[in-house]
Amino acid sequence: MANIVEQHTLPLDELLMQQFREQRSLITAHDLPAITSLRDKHFADFEQNGFPHNQLEKWRFSRITDLLDETFEHSLQPEDVKNKNLSEMFRCEVHNFNTEIISVLNGWYYDTNGGYHVSEEGVIVSGLRTAMKQFPDLVEKHFGTIANSEHNTFVSINTALVQDGVFIYVPDNVQVPRTLQILKLIDRTGPHFVQNRNLIVIGRNSHLSLMHCDDSINHHTSLINTVTEVLVQENASLEIYKLQNLNDNSGLVNSTFIRQLADSNVKTVALTFNGGYIRNNVQSFLDGRGAHADIMGLYLMDKEQHVDNQVRVMHNQPHCTSNELFKGILDDEATAVFNGYIYVARDAQKTNAYQNNRNILLKPTAVVDTMPFLEIYADDVKCSHGATIGQLDEDAMFYLRSRGISKANARLLLMYAFAADIVNVIEIEPLRVRIDDMVKKRLRGELSVCENCVLHCSTPEKDYHFDIDYSKI
Amino acid sequence: MLLNIKNLHVAIDGKEIIKGLNLGINYGEVHAIMGPNGTGKSTLAAAITGREGYEITEGEIWYKGENIVEMEPDERANKGIFLSFQYPVEIPGVSMTNFMRTAVNAKREYNGQAPISAAEFLKLMEEKKKLVDMHAKLTNRSVNEGFSGGEKKRNEIFQMAMLEPTLAILDETDSGLDIDALKIVARGVNQLRSDKNAFLIITHYQRLLEYIVPDFVHVLYDGRIVKSGGKNLALELEEKGYEWLKEYSLA
Amino acid sequence: MATDSNEILEQVTQSEYKYGFYTDIETEFAPKGLDENTIRYISAKKEEPEWMLEFRLKAFRHWQQLPEPEWAHLHYPKIDYQDAYYYAAPKPKKELQSLDEVDPELLETFNKLGISLEEQKRLAGVAVDAVIDSVSVKTTFQDTLAKHGIIFCSFSEAVRNHPELVRKYMGTVVPYTDNFFAALNSAVFSDGSFVYIPKGVRCPLELSTYFRINAANTGQFERTLIVADEGSYVSYMEGCTAPMRDENQLHAAIVEIITLDNAEVKYSTVQNWYPGDKDGNGGIYNFVTKRGLCKGRNSKISWTQVETGSAITWKYPSCVLMGDNSVGEFYSVAVTNHFQQADTGTKMIHIGKNTRSTIISKGISAGRSNNSYRGLVKILPGATNARNFSQCDSLLLGDQCGAHTFPYIEAKNESSIVEHEATTSKISEDQLFYCNQRGIDTEKAIGLIVNGYAKEVLNKLPMEFAVEAQKLLSISLEGSVG
Repeated sequence: MANIVEQHTLPLDELLMQQFREQRSLITAHDLPAITSLRDKHFADFEQNGFPHNQLEKWRFSRITDLLDETFEHSLQPEDVKNKNLSEMFRCEVHNFNTEIISVLNGWYYDTNGGYHVSEEGVIVSGLRTAMKQFPDLVEKHFGTIANSEHNTFVSINTALVQDGVFIYVPDNVQVPRTLQILKLIDRTGPHFVQNRNLIVIGRNSHLSLMHCDDSINHHTSLINTVTEVLVQENASLEIYKLQNLNDNSGLVNSTFIRQLADSNVKTVALTFNGGYIRNNVQSFLDGRGAHADIMGLYLMDKEQHVDNQVRVMHNQPHCTSNELFKGILDDEATAVFNGYIYVARDAQKTNAYQNNRNILLKPTAVVDTMPFLEIYADDVKCSHGATIGQLDEDAMFYLRSRGISKANARLLLMYAFAADIVNVIEIEPLRVRIDDMVKKRLRGELSVCENCVLHCSTPEKDYHFDIDYSKI
Repeated sequence: MLLNIKNLHVAIDGKEIIKGLNLGINYGEVHAIMGPNGTGKSTLAAAITGREGYEITEGEIWYKGENIVEMEPDERANKGIFLSFQYPVEIPGVSMTNFMRTAVNAKREYNGQAPISAAEFLKLMEEKKKLVDMHAKLTNRSVNEGFSGGEKKRNEIFQMAMLEPTLAILDETDSGLDIDALKIVARGVNQLRSDKNAFLIITHYQRLLEYIVPDFVHVLYDGRIVKSGGKNLALELEEKGYEWLKEYSLA
Repeated sequence: MATDSNEILEQVTQSEYKYGFYTDIETEFAPKGLDENTIRYISAKKEEPEWMLEFRLKAFRHWQQLPEPEWAHLHYPKIDYQDAYYYAAPKPKKELQSLDEVDPELLETFNKLGISLEEQKRLAGVAVDAVIDSVSVKTTFQDTLAKHGIIFCSFSEAVRNHPELVRKYMGTVVPYTDNFFAALNSAVFSDGSFVYIPKGVRCPLELSTYFRINAANTGQFERTLIVADEGSYVSYMEGCTAPMRDENQLHAAIVEIITLDNAEVKYSTVQNWYPGDKDGNGGIYNFVTKRGLCKGRNSKISWTQVETGSAITWKYPSCVLMGDNSVGEFYSVAVTNHFQQADTGTKMIHIGKNTRSTIISKGISAGRSNNSYRGLVKILPGATNARNFSQCDSLLLGDQCGAHTFPYIEAKNESSIVEHEATTSKISEDQLFYCNQRGIDTEKAIGLIVNGYAKEVLNKLPMEFAVEAQKLLSISLEGSVG
């Protein structure tokens, strides 16, 4: 196909640049004018800097160079899905969990209803490409206003070349009753470079809960570069649950930029269960008084998997609060990176910001790099951070074993209890129950990437029961 | 007269809490201020000691012949006003000994006296500690850090003994104390009582007044003193509660 | 009251720099600028052997290849390395007959700094090496120490008299390739102190080096090497001051410590280089590489620093814990105000089994200053059962300053336990009022509270230094009672 650039000799970055130069008209064909000029600007940035290299401070612990050294394809047009049973592929039946599924296959938004949907309350769910045509004012007003490419040129190349993604708009004063679930599947036979761009705007006093699932269907190599921009306006609230369950050959660079206005409330929970290379960048801009952000994450990695959580919380206004908690268990040769960054601007008085990263290493070969940073320019603040690396508590192990619990089960129980802090913040009960179950399975080593969606519904599981009083351990 | 408060109005964040209060205290007297929560008892203590954020919008506080409303808190302290805090703050790393010596010397300097010698100071500490049965160990610790509620209150009375104030204000010193600690605190206060000083005891309950017998009892309600009397007024309040006072404030 | 306390804060933090005088002594300079000739000049002046010159030239050539580091949270104009003198020495009025004879003007200078070089006037417990600009002028108590087999002398003297020890250890902890400033120092270092404690000896005196920059337009590049042989112990202290000048002066030092089996070195610094004036003019750029190698089993290196001076501080006293069961400690109080910038912390590299490290850092920022803690805790795969505990607290005095914390923790051994805690706070109004109510004025109260905050670290200093450090922190009587 003419619109696919296959890499033969050129490195991926050069190929993408070539694609931009030679097929600019195709790339910008569906654009609003403002977006085209934004693409040019970001392309210039990418031309100058390329992909991040291993010597960069923000990338030296998550070396991406090897991953880029592949023969990737990058397509600029959606593929023909006539032969695929999409509704079967995107089926997700968690018990009692009523969601509205948004299907994204290999980076393209699919919908049988002509590409977009508007609810009675005015809630818009659309593909990004369609949204540029149907809701140009909304897209133009917000697109590219929150994301930035500082320390992260994946955002530049995404902005320059991206073709599709999800657009969600919630008007003022709407409590969206059902959880929206973005299901992103990768189903390609060859190595594929996939880009997505999501734009989410929540109006004043509104509420949305969103699941964002990254999955792969087969075991082929892919590199996904997702950029999500979120605006949460005054007194609005948003929950985002990110589920990441990709095959070991997959790379995912997931950059989320959230701008919060006064008295807004955002909770993000990143649940990373599998993936060859996962890099989560979260930047939270607390741009209005009284805004609150909870940024949580749980990672359970083994084999040679790698996860990196880069979390930047910008306290730009007074009286804001933020709370970061990331916990991880690493087995085999898995590696994890955490770099938290709390920034408190001058005059952002009465800031309360907490940051914590806790890790358990199970094998001598597992590695953790943790960097909980603070940069503070206001004096009337309460900021604290902490990080720990350790093992399962020996006293607790002994306590359990003295009650007749096998060593293996005691270990499992303690790991489960360790992870529970994160699982328990999930507010949607059926989802929490399901995730709880997944954690148990993951810890038993029974959950590797599943052949269907991350929620693993196609093979109903027997329940695991741990009849132990966790408060004692 | 040692303390003479005239038509005092105090506001916090623009909200008036004390609304025209008059109170006179002579040397040798013990006054008790009672009243339900939120009527301005602690605000009165803060206004007399000069705490930031308590704005005196009207009225005067005369102490030893001076109107002190513009005076810095440390100067008031050096003139002999002492507050036993309801919630004493912790100051990590600063030992009690060091803290007290700094305070004692600040007062001596204010009065044109030479600093106290280390030996003399330690002797003074030993002597005053006995007054409130304070453990020797507590003075080696940082100020109020890791002290129990009772220890903190005893520590306040110990500091009062060290600084020998002319006017001592006890803000809810009885709250959180068991009966034994209460007795120790009361004993300390009673031993310090003389005709050269005066006490203002702020309390919610009559209990403390069984051990420190006041000369006068005032009832504070909605920012004003609505009733004054002798020690029996406290008993009367204990019996009837504060509800019946509403009519006074409306009057 | 809020404005009042700000004013008082200013007073507290704006006390004059007491050591800003300049001594008018005749000084001999190397030609301005830096090239291989400068290095040959320095080496010739010091009558060095060929191997030392070779070392310097290798370092210089390497330095020329290096970019200046930019990763620290510091901002300063580009330094013109050609616009400075790399060697300045007080010119002797006459040939000195013995090492005991010192130019009286220099003696007077050190007297003014409170450092008497006359042994009978010193506190009996401390031996001093006094370094002015590029050279050591006097080392006291050398005879007393020699009786124990202890070598304490200027670095130049060590190169002349103990070349085998210098060659064996110099550059083994901080190689000239380590970083930009270490390479520069290795090329142009002029003097410093050398200490060797023989097997089993517990050094009876506190050893101390006092560094003084006097000449204008001069950089100071000293080098200290401390070797503690098996089972020995020494406590070493370092102090420093400089005249007040509008220009910035560069100080790039190297300190290397080696401890063999069961040896212990305690290294204390009170760093009080001229910090610049209240508008940020002048002051010393303090770019220092300090590192200790716990080479032997059960050895221990403990760094304690009180950092109050310098316009810019770039300094990470570190421990490489190679020997099994070795222990590294870092206790730091860093105070910045006006326009001072500090980026300081430590590195604890755990290599051996059962190695332990502790980091306690207290940052205090005032004025418009920026104070950063930057630390690395690295647990290598062989460091079974390694333990680290770090606590990094920041205190902000005023709303125009910044306090930052950049910890890096890398764990590559599953049996290790690493804990890091940090808090940022200000002096609470409640604490101030409590002190005020006891008659203590706000200025004293701030001093008291700051001192309490830093106490955990100040307690680690040798007695003599603790007093100086407490004064530096504007403290009235902490430690004199109780």
